[in-house]
Amino acid sequence: MDSDSLHYFVDLAAGDGLTLSGEQRASLQTSLVILQKNYKFSRVLFWGKILGIKCDYFIAQGIEEDEMKNKKTLYSLNCLDWHLLPPATDSMIADVEFAAEGRFTGDPSHEYQHTEMRTQGEGDETKEEEVTVKVNEESRLAVTVFNIDKDASVVPRGAFIKSPGGKVKTNLSFKGLHPTEAAKLRNYLHFREPVNLKMKSILEMADLNPAVDFLDPLSEDIPKGSWSLQFERGGTVCALRSLLWLGLTFFHIPQTPQHGYIYMGDGLLNLDLPFML
Amino acid sequence: MESDNERERAVESFKAFMMKNSTKTNLNLYDHLVQMLTKIMDERPENAVDVIEDMSLDLKRSILQEKQDTLRDSPSSSAALLLAEQQKSLFSQGVDDGDHEEELVDSPLPNVGELAFFFEQAGVGLGREETQRVFLALKQLVDTQRVQRCRFWGKILGTQSNYLVAEVEFREGEGEEEEGTEETHEDEEKEEETHEAQNESEMVEAADPPPKSTYKPPPIVPREENHTGVNKFTYFVCQEPGMPWVRLPFVIPAQITVARQIRKFFTGRLDAPVVSYPPFPGNEANYLRAQIARISAGTHVSPVGFYHFEEDEGEDEEVRDTFEENPDFEGIHVNEMVESLNLWVHHVQHILTQGRCVWINLTKKSGEDLDEDAEEEDHEEEADEPEPETGPPLLTPLSEDANINDTSPWSSMTSSNLIPQFCIAVVRSNLWPGAYAYVNGKKFGNIYIGWGMKYLGTAYTPVMPPQPQSEYPSGPEITEALDPTVEEEQALKAALEEQTADLEETEELEDDEEDED
Repeated sequence: MDSDSLHYFVDLAAGDGLTLSGEQRASLQTSLVILQKNYKFSRVLFWGKILGIKCDYFIAQGIEEDEMKNKKTLYSLNCLDWHLLPPATDSMIADVEFAAEGRFTGDPSHEYQHTEMRTQGEGDETKEEEVTVKVNEESRLAVTVFNIDKDASVVPRGAFIKSPGGKVKTNLSFKGLHPTEAAKLRNYLHFREPVNLKMKSILEMADLNPAVDFLDPLSEDIPKGSWSLQFERGGTVCALRSLLWLGLTFFHIPQTPQHGYIYMGDGLLNLDLPFML
Repeated sequence: MESDNERERAVESFKAFMMKNSTKTNLNLYDHLVQMLTKIMDERPENAVDVIEDMSLDLKRSILQEKQDTLRDSPSSSAALLLAEQQKSLFSQGVDDGDHEEELVDSPLPNVGELAFFFEQAGVGLGREETQRVFLALKQLVDTQRVQRCRFWGKILGTQSNYLVAEVEFREGEGEEEEGTEETHEDEEKEEETHEAQNESEMVEAADPPPKSTYKPPPIVPREENHTGVNKFTYFVCQEPGMPWVRLPFVIPAQITVARQIRKFFTGRLDAPVVSYPPFPGNEANYLRAQIARISAGTHVSPVGFYHFEEDEGEDEEVRDTFEENPDFEGIHVNEMVESLNLWVHHVQHILTQGRCVWINLTKKSGEDLDEDAEEEDHEEEADEPEPETGPPLLTPLSEDANINDTSPWSSMTSSNLIPQFCIAVVRSNLWPGAYAYVNGKKFGNIYIGWGMKYLGTAYTPVMPPQPQSEYPSGPEITEALDPTVEEEQALKAALEEQTADLEETEELEDDEEDED
């Protein structure tokens, strides 16, 4: 969610009942402006809050020129001092998946440890080794933010366009989705490198506009039903909640260019989703 | 004279010219000028010469507009409009009965605004306008139902729509459901049907009775009475503030037991079926009520000393289930509340494994059984008397709650680090994510906003179906055995012959002996 319009819209996206207290909003407004100047971001987004057992993490993202690439993620424990998170590499992701379990503790230097017996070698030379992987909570935070963005970041169709040079920019003439369009999941796109787009047949691609439809729509997510689309406040605000990452809320006011998403939750993937639908 | 005639003729011809209708608009200049000058005479505007072009245009436009009014406005019924009209009734003041004094003194309406203010400091809430609407909706509920106490319990999110839940306590004897009689009627009908079916089938069975089933379904745990235990409070839900409040039915222990074993999202429709294994006895309204009961039992907490037991209870063995507010309660300091969890206590009874708060012994029902089973019953009672289930008593501190996988079940924090003089203590449940409680001096509050799911710690594994039952008792007459082979038969025959030969020999010997004697 844009940090400029944070205090208007955090009420709309009161995801799962969690909002920000007045003190947090005030400190965020001050510190995000300073952050933007220090890191020379073109836009700063307040990404959300991850709840830990002792403390909560506040996450912000800074965008430079291209909207999709090179997003820098920062975290803070008190909304005032921001620390840069390392970008999530594949090896880091694999380590975190292996080692980290349970809730976030709230201490960024906490180390998760997991040991396993692995058989290595082939044939006669099989020997069992103990493999210990240690991961600290900062890496886990970086990987969680990366995963949530990959699975659940949402933008309405038409809000971003891809220039012929390949850069993704905000569409200044986006006037918002029409209310009937806003009720269809097809008009909401994942804001990440497209996965399914290249596998579509030419017939399907014919209907798409390459400047606008360069992202995957939500309607193709598996399992179907992992998004909950509701019209709140009497139909004036369209709220999308992810059931895979409980706590992610996306809001859009139809016929206006206002949209944004925020994650407020404990940062755990809902693996039981197929049982719960 | 002739010049007058000429002038008159000129005037008439010019007037005729002015009265010629325009080919495009069917107006004529003469009438238009007349109307305009009449209007100016009536209205006398200032600087008439400056506005005359506008007036002329307005006049022309007004003629055209009348022709377009034959179309009627189509009634627009967008969802937003419907909801807005329903919510408008929230803001109407209602009939003045003149009982204002009563309302001010002893209103069961909770102060939702205060609750929202404190919870917002903790970062929990629904947003200002929404909270205001919830407040008004609760007022509507309190006005329509005669309740003793009412509380905003919280909000449960669903996939298609959400539920706002209000917890209500009726006075003793009031608020009885009418559904009870309907249920008994249905039961009676069912019993009659089964009797008829039994008569028919008995006639058929007399000829060749199939083996009697030895299956005894486990006894049904009876539900607790109103105003006690799990059913102490009644709950009302609505989808959006302004919609009518729907009462949730009482919860039965079977529903709680199954709700503990399944994990399902709520859809937002109360009549939706809950498709799960083990099959849930009821629809979404019952599932919602069961989850509300579990959440209340697990997460409703208050500072120690706020509630205390009445002093009449002398016996220590009875399960205490009533408490009252302690008038001498002096608040505990916020820092202490945050640091130690044993300053918070549960004030709702724990639900036992049976699904009730008060344990009931099920094997003592011998009045209804037939004589055949009486002996078995006696044996069972002697053999394993089921142990009474006990749970932690009321007002146990939170420090006694069990951990989940090394994480403590509660997290506590102050609402602000910058202004410690006025901050509040907040406690967050890790077992039921979405349950919060705050304390500020003498005031406290509980709320739940979430999906209605427990935090398991591990992935959810559904209950396995039971082993298939054996179809028939296996005895020697139906078990297959290998027929003896030829060699075995011959060996047996040889052995038998040997035996008889031995016997004959001994008989002969005896005969011989007898003969000899």
